This record gives sequence, structure tokens and C-alpha cells, in this order.
Amino acid sequence: MARLEPSALAAPAVSSSPSGAWGLLSARAAALLSPLAALAITVAVGAVLFAALDKPPARALEMFFIEPLRDGRALSEVAIKATPLALIALGLAIAFRANVWNIGAEGQFIVGAIAATGVVLAAGEGAGRWVVVALVVAGAIGGMAWAALVAWLRDRFSANEILVSLMLVYVAELLLGYLVYGPWKDPQGFNFPQTITFPAATAIPRLVSGQRANWGSLGALAATAGAWLFLYRTYAGFQLEVGGIAPRAAAYAGFSPRRALWTALMISGGLAGLAGALEVAGPLGQLTPHLPVGYGFAAIIVAFVGRLHPVGILFSSVLMSMFYIGGELSQSRLGLPKALTGVFQGLLLFALLACDALVERRRKR
Amino acid sequence: MEAFALMLSSSVNAGTVLALAALGLLVNERAGVVNLGAEGMMLTGGLAAYATALHHPSGVAFAAGAGAGALLAALFALLVVGLGTNQYATGLALTLFGAGFTAFAGESLVDKQLPDLPRPLLPGLLDVPFFGHALLGYHPLVYVTAALAAGLGWFLFRSRAGLVVRAAGESPASAHALGLPVQRVRFAAIVFGGALCGLAGAYVSIVYAHLWVEGLTAGKGWIALALTTFATWRPARVLLGAYLFGGVTMLQFHLQGRGVDIESHLLGMSPYVATILVLVLISRNRAWVRVNMPASLGKAFRPDN
Repeated sequence: MARLEPSALAAPAVSSSPSGAWGLLSARAAALLSPLAALAITVAVGAVLFAALDKPPARALEMFFIEPLRDGRALSEVAIKATPLALIALGLAIAFRANVWNIGAEGQFIVGAIAATGVVLAAGEGAGRWVVVALVVAGAIGGMAWAALVAWLRDRFSANEILVSLMLVYVAELLLGYLVYGPWKDPQGFNFPQTITFPAATAIPRLVSGQRANWGSLGALAATAGAWLFLYRTYAGFQLEVGGIAPRAAAYAGFSPRRALWTALMISGGLAGLAGALEVAGPLGQLTPHLPVGYGFAAIIVAFVGRLHPVGILFSSVLMSMFYIGGELSQSRLGLPKALTGVFQGLLLFALLACDALVERRRKR
Repeated sequence: MEAFALMLSSSVNAGTVLALAALGLLVNERAGVVNLGAEGMMLTGGLAAYATALHHPSGVAFAAGAGAGALLAALFALLVVGLGTNQYATGLALTLFGAGFTAFAGESLVDKQLPDLPRPLLPGLLDVPFFGHALLGYHPLVYVTAALAAGLGWFLFRSRAGLVVRAAGESPASAHALGLPVQRVRFAAIVFGGALCGLAGAYVSIVYAHLWVEGLTAGKGWIALALTTFATWRPARVLLGAYLFGGVTMLQFHLQGRGVDIESHLLGMSPYVATILVLVLISRNRAWVRVNMPASLGKAFRPDN
């Protein structure tokens, strides 16, 4: 497969000779315009789709865009799903900016959850509150280890990271299956493929009692700030980005492409693993085969829609979380398949890429 | 001996899925375009074929599968060739969309049974010792695929049109300067690739698995993408590589059949681990890959600037 070319997926490049009304559009405005246009297109297609399925479009769209924001409890659910999406997407944004195509975050997420579960099971019933810290750290390390395989094979043998990271998603899913059907199966679980319910001491502390949102969401906010600082205020972040945009310039400046590769994969793998740990010790409370719901893939879209920018990702992770919740609500209330969420996710990314290309073209004329 | 013949035939069967998809992808990669949407096109082709096969003869169903794959590929081509979007991101969008769409549209088909099992061309062929299973008793598409590999080898390296395709992948700027329609060639190559991926998906749902479930292709599109590299973009090597991979896929079932006690999840990892191993083996020789790879693979080309 090809060596990857520098991508133009971040904010559109500043035009050299802007002219006409489109030329007045600043690069920043253009960067914001196309995600909004893409969202509008997705909503429009969605409305048509609902009408075709004999469901009232207004009511269906309400499930996606109004219901999830209705009250505190609903917002707490939005936060639960936005947290893993934001954490994973932040890492992916850093990797994509370095032109490292880690698309196996789903696998790193699973292995993070497995590592965290390992800590919980090893600590046993009487474990103290320290376990929470240990399992979160273990999750991050697990994700890093899974991504390290990708980095090592790419670094040592120049094996394509897209294919390797993706193959490792399937391996991670099977590893999860092996554990919950085999050695980690709850002996009192009526033969269901799942671990024991985690002891209360291992649960990620909640923000407000009675609502499921937990401290992980604060972690995602902290990670957003951290990613912003890393990208825009550190030399390492600068080197990484130069390597992504202009590999030759980076080489001339003496920036190590190997270090950029490892940094990108360790950060993205670590954050995905962390998200997995927070998921299994947070809303799930036990390891089951239903752990992976595609956050690792959806986060790719979140990263692009958020313009590979930490603050943008914060917003797009909330939007994507609303897509998930809207899908669930329209299943329970309108009898539509939950898989609708996946259709909208794909549509959104398609529309975004098309809008980006169109805006870019108009500005260049 | 008969057990060996059965093993061979199951490898060829499983390999045909990979070969069909990889041959299609090989053509669009020869034209300079990487389509990471292979998995999405296979799923969509598989679903379209399955839905059609419920009420129509399998020939129509295969056409529907290929058509669905071609349609998605045309959408991809519109973005990548027409608008010059990033090939990797657009391909990913295609795979994500295909996975979501087929999960959504295929939900009602999960428990529907296809009317009858596909039969070999002539009854009695399977009774021929050894060759019955190893050579004669396959689904017609298996022979078509093998012929296609030979045909594409001739097309790409012996025909003028094939030279144009390769020129679009090696040096689109020079090809354009010579007055060759690079964009149209790339568009056609992508649609061809999509049609074959759709056909591969149809083979999975109608013949190979003979059922529909969400995520039916289980990464076969990605393995096919790896195969083109493994085969250094040559059709005959794609076919051999695909049969080899088919063998690896089937190995788990043969081992289980012989009572080898390895947990099924762990055995199930073998095709994916094998893909990684093969990628490592092939990629470590950078010079060899570089010499064989289409020089402009993955790079957008805009004739107007």
C-alpha cells in the first residue's frame, strides 16, 4: 500500500489569492462552515429517510436533537457517550495530524477495558478505592500496548499501520470473546458470557448521585485541554505536526519521524485504552461481549468533524453522542432499527468531505 | 486423499471471496486509487444480493450485488476523482456507511432463509474421486474468478487499455499531458473495483455463508486490501495469495474437526494474525514493494492545476 500523503483534513489551507465573496471567507470561517453544512445535509437526508419509512420526520428528528438535551438526566446520558468518543477522537486527531493513520482505536479501546478488568479481578472483593486509579492506569497502558504493536511493526518492518491496526481490532474482539466465554466467565452467571459484576469500590465516582455521568467526563475535558497544550504549546507537538504536513521539511529540521510515529500511536492508543477502562468500570460495571459499540470507529468521524482540533472535537463528540442516543430513542419509541445511527454517521462523514472539497475550491477561485 | 481434496476445495471456496475483491481493488490501485471502502462495498453487495436471491434466480442476485458495489464505488469516485477528496478518509467513510446501512437495511433479513442451496454444475461431478472436490464441483463463479485473474493479467500488461490504466497510476501528470483521460480512467477503474467487491460480497451471502447477519464479511474486505500488496499488484499472485489465505481461514475448522483442542475464539484469530504476518514479511523488503507499487498510489490528481 501507498506511503501516506500529507492530508488536508485539518482546517482548509489559507488560500493564496482569494477573490470574490468566497475569498472574503476567512480560513477559520471556512473550517466551521463545512461541518455545519454537512450536518444540515445529513439532517435533510434523515428527514427524507424518515418520511420514506412512514415515520413523522419532525418527531424522529426530535429524538436526535431535542430529547437528548431535555433535562439534567438526559444530558448526563449524553456525557456518558460523549466521553469515550472525545477521549478517543482527541488521540486520533493527534495521530492524523502527524499523518499516522491509526484506525484501530476500537481494538485499543477493547484491550484497555480488558486490562482494567484484569486489575479489578486481581484486586478481588475487598479492594479499596485505590483500585479505581489502578484500573484507569492499566486501561491506558493496555491501549498503549496494543498500539505499540502497530508502531513497532510499522517502525521495524514498515508494515502499513492502517491494515495492521484494523486487523488488531478483530484480534481484540476475539480476545474479549475468549476471556468472557472462558477463564473470566462469572461462575454464578447462569452461563452468560460475562464477568462478575464489579465490586462497588471499583466504580468510577459519579458526578451527581442518581445520574450515570461520572468523573470520566471531567477527564475528557482535562484531556481536551491537554491535547490543546500539546499541539499548540509544546515543541513535541509542533514537530509532530510539521512531520505530518511536510515530511521533508521535518527531516531537514532533524525531527525524527520514528519518534513522531511512536508518540502519535502511544497517545492515541493510551487515550483509547483509557476510554475502554472508564467504560467498563463506569456505565457497564462488568466485562461483556457487548462492550464494543463502535466508539473507536465513530471517533474517526468525530475527529474529522471536529476539524482535528481539541475544542472542535468536544462539540462533535457531543453531536455524535446525540446520534447514538437518538438511534436508541427512535428504536424504543418509533420502532426504527438502532442501526440508523451508523447510517447517519457514515452520511455525516461523506457530506463533510464533499463540503470541505467544495468550500476549498470556491475559495481558491 | 479425499480429506485433502475437501481441504483444498474449502480453501479455494474461501479464497474466491478474497480473490474477487482483491482483483477489483488491484485494478483501481493500478489506476492510482486506494479504496478503503472495500469492506463497506462487500457488505452492501452481499445484502443486495441476498435480498434479491430471496425471490429471484441467483444470476440476478449476483448482478444486484455487483451493481450495489458499483453504485457505492461511483459515489466514492465522485468524491475522490470529481472533488479531489482524501482517498483514505473517503474510503473509511464508505466502509462506515456500508456497515451502518447494511445493519439498518438488513435487520429484517437476518432470519430469512434462502430458497435452495446452490448446486454444482452437473450432478455426479462430486463423485469423481479426488478431482470431484478438488477441481470439478465448484460454484461457477469460482471458475469465473480464476479466468478473470488470467484475463486481467493479460489486460493490464498486454493490452493498450491496460497500459493506460497503469499510466494513470504511475504518472497521472504525464498521462494527462499525453492526452489520456486520466480522470475518466480512474473513475472507471474505481467502479470496476466496486462491482467486483460487491460480487465478492454476493458470493459470501449467497454461496459461502448462505445466510445474512450484520457484519457478515468480518474483515474480508480489509484482508483483500492487504492481498493486493502481498501480490505486488499482479493478478495471478492475487489469485494464489487468496487461495493461500482461504486455506488459513479454513485451517481453524479443519483443526477443530480433527479434535485439536484450541479454544474457538483463539483459533478465529488466525486469518487476522496471518494477514499481519504476511504484511510484515512483504513490507520488510521496502525496495521490492517500492519497485512494484504504482508510483502515484493514493495521490489525488487534478488536471486543471
